[in-house]
Order: sequence, then C-alpha cells, then structure tokens
Amino acid sequence: MDTQDDFILRVSKLSIQVSNQRILDNLSFQIKKGATLAIVGPNGAGKTTLFRALLNLIPYSGTIEWNGKVNIGYVPQILSVRDIPISVKEFLSFKNESESDINSVLASVGLDSEAVVGKSLGVLSGGQLRRVLIAWALVDKPNVLLFDEATSGVDLDSEEAIYGMLKRLTEREKITLLLISHDLHIVREYSDCVLALNRCMVFFGESKEVMNPENQKLIYGEPICKEYGEAYV
Amino acid sequence: MSEAVAYGLIVGATVGLAAGYLGSIMVLEKMALVGDALSHVALPGLALGVLYNFNPLVGGFLFLFVSAVLIWHLGRVTKLSFETLVGAAFTLALAVGILLFGDRLDALETALFGDIAQVGLISAVAAVLVSAVVILLTKMISKRIVLGLISEELAVSKGINVGRINLLYLLLVSLTVAIGIQITGTLLVGFLVVTPAAAARIVSSSLSRYFTLSAIFGAMSAISGILLSSYFNILPGPLVVVSGVAIFVIVIVIRWRLRARGLT
Repeated sequence: MDTQDDFILRVSKLSIQVSNQRILDNLSFQIKKGATLAIVGPNGAGKTTLFRALLNLIPYSGTIEWNGKVNIGYVPQILSVRDIPISVKEFLSFKNESESDINSVLASVGLDSEAVVGKSLGVLSGGQLRRVLIAWALVDKPNVLLFDEATSGVDLDSEEAIYGMLKRLTEREKITLLLISHDLHIVREYSDCVLALNRCMVFFGESKEVMNPENQKLIYGEPICKEYGEAYV
Repeated sequence: MSEAVAYGLIVGATVGLAAGYLGSIMVLEKMALVGDALSHVALPGLALGVLYNFNPLVGGFLFLFVSAVLIWHLGRVTKLSFETLVGAAFTLALAVGILLFGDRLDALETALFGDIAQVGLISAVAAVLVSAVVILLTKMISKRIVLGLISEELAVSKGINVGRINLLYLLLVSLTVAIGIQITGTLLVGFLVVTPAAAARIVSSSLSRYFTLSAIFGAMSAISGILLSSYFNILPGPLVVVSGVAIFVIVIVIRWRLRARGLT
C-alpha cells in the first residue's frame, strides 16, 4: 500500500524561467523510492531543464522535496570528449582514485576493465562511452540516478543492452531512476511511470496505464499549458 | 657561456615548462589564439614601467591580469565570445603601448622582442619561483577545468565553481606570460602556450602524458632557442619559435612513420 512516506521526490508547482522565457510551468508530481520514471516530450519541452533544477543548478520557483538523504548520480546529454585526450581511468579517477573501485564499477556496467581502462574516451564507441558515463555516475554509489538522453549516438542493440543493464542495476542497488528518452518503446518497456512534458505537464501516471495510443499522440503535440492538479503515483 | 645566457636558460626552461603546461589547457579550451593575442596586452604595462622607473614586468603582469579579468567579466555580461573581446583588446593595447613608448624605440624593441642580456639573478629566481607556483596551482585546477570542458553540468553538479577556476587560470596565464616576455617579447611569447601543446596533443591518448609532454616541449623549445641565439648572437624570441616548430614537425613525422608501420 502506498504511503505518503515512501516517496523519494516530490515536486510541487515547479516553474522555471530562463531569460524571460518560461521553460516549465506549474509542474507537480511525486515518485516512489526505487521507481523508474521516464520523462518524455519534444525538443525544448523542458526535460533537461527539469533535471538541472533537480540538481539545483538553476533557480526555480515552487518546491523540490527529496525524502531523506539522497545522493544523486547524473549522466548528462552533451559531452565534449572527442578533442580531449583523457583515458577512462583518468576520467573515473576524477571522482575516485581507487583502482579496485574503478575496476568494479566498470564491471558493474558490463565493461571489461582491462580492455577499456587505458583507452582514450574519444575512441570509445557510443555504447561504450555511455557505459563509462553510467560508471562515472555510479562511482559515488548514488541512490538516485538522472539519465539524460541516455542512448543518443548508440545503435539499437546497444540501446536495449544498456537499458537492460541499467534496469538490473537499479533494481539490485535499489536506485531510483529518472530517465529522459525519446524512444517510446524503451519508455514502455523499462519505466514504472511516465511524465510527459511540453513546458507543462501533458500527462503523468503509471506506464501501463498512460502509455495508450491517445496519450502517445499527445507527447509530441502542441504545448497544452492548462492547469494540472497534483499527480501522484 | 655568459652569465646572461645561463640566467636566460633558467628563465627559459622554467617558463617553458609552466607555459607548456598552461598552454595544454588553453589548446583544449580551443583558445590557442586567445592566449597568443592576450600576451600583447602586456605592452602598455611594460611602457608604464619604463616611463615611471619600476620593473616593466610588474606593469606587464598587472595590465595582463586586469585586462584578463575585465575581458572575463565583459564576456559574462555581454555574452560576447572571449575571442572577440580579446581580439578588440589586444589591438587597442598594442596601439596604446606604442603611443606610451613614444620615441623610446630601444625599450619598445625590448618589449616586443625580449632581451636576454637584461635577465639577471633576480629575474631567474623570480622565474623559478613563479613557474613553480604556476605549475603547482595548474596541477590543482587542471582536472577541474577539464571536467568543466567535458561537461559544465557534470562539473557544477560536483560542486566545482567553473567561473572561479577560470579566473584563477587567467591569473596563472598572466603571470607566466609576464615572466616569459623577458625571453621572447610580447609578440612571440604566446607561442609558448600554443605550439608545445599542439605537438603534445598529436601523440597523447591520456591527460597525464599530454600535460607532461606539453611542458617538456615548452622547456625544450625555450632552451634550444636560447642556446641557438647565444651561438648565432641574434634575438632569442624568433629562435625559440623556430625550435618549437621544429619539435612540432618532428612529432608529426614520428607519428606519421609509426602510423605507416601500424604501430599506433
């Protein structure tokens, strides 16, 4: 049975304005500990902005309430690694210099540590790079993971494999996962609940209930900025 | 070897190390030309030192640092790129510097092209100390700067104040350029922060190797340029540049040969 205490994140009336432009408007939702929330919506819908607010990187109005002590791991959307000669080991040692910790975190994301640890980030495949970034986010043993456009630049097979690995990992370590994805198949398959955004909330609910054909049409439609009440799953 | 050349070698080696190390970050930031142009901003400060009888290098450093901070602040306020602002500032600084030097053409020539004969014990000790501080501080902030380059969000989410780190970096660039001016002059000192790093970048797949090689190439360029200048009795600045470019070309050839043999 759901209780008011089993939530890990409660967002109320969240609004964000950047350079006089409203990016998010009156957003309220709540997610349970250990759940996987998929955030969907067209480009410019405010998905990454929501993550930035959750990470406390930008000013906002409204409230963002984390239940208890949270340690947030973050996998960003954009990385500039091609021009930087940095090895996987050097990258991960920014956070943790212990070689055994680096090896075990690489193993946990399905990478052969010996094979990749000395390689430059710039020569990794899209899938390998994503796994290294997940490893980066996991080094601090987070209990919340924010995953932005997790598989852009990754082929379909690798994408499925990455989400499968992530699902097992988050279930085993009881990590709450918030992921931004454009792939509705991934959203249906790997998330417990879905938040559809288009500057305001389009819909929110358990994946199996809200991912119906009518709602899916709404995801990439025109912004519908009407008032929504609080939505809880 | 004369005393001035010996002191020049100490200054060249230490400044070359520091400039090569700092420059490696500048090349990663795609600000190589900014580093070059920024060095010219020292000219009015050098002129004030000559006019009012204080150490011109102190004037040069103050001008560099104040200009760098102003440009950094203007960039944040106006959203103009660092490149644009430095481009405007360096031509203005050159013009003001030349006007301030007036008819003191010898002093202007020294400022533009350096003069190893004026390097003494105090300059050498100052160069060693400043370079040591610059290398230590760069080592402390380099990882944070690189993380900011990879993803500013990752850096900020890890509690890194990217703006403050960049400001400290500009201070270090100003210090190194001010010290290096003695050897190469304001026109050529920018070379030391660009070419060694470019050569190191070609043969590096890790940061540690890149930083180390860049510093070594910087020191090698300065030492060989000063030795050549002492041998041929001409200004060291251009020969430091020629030596550095020679290293750059040798690195490209080695890399090309290794690739042809399938070794990289």
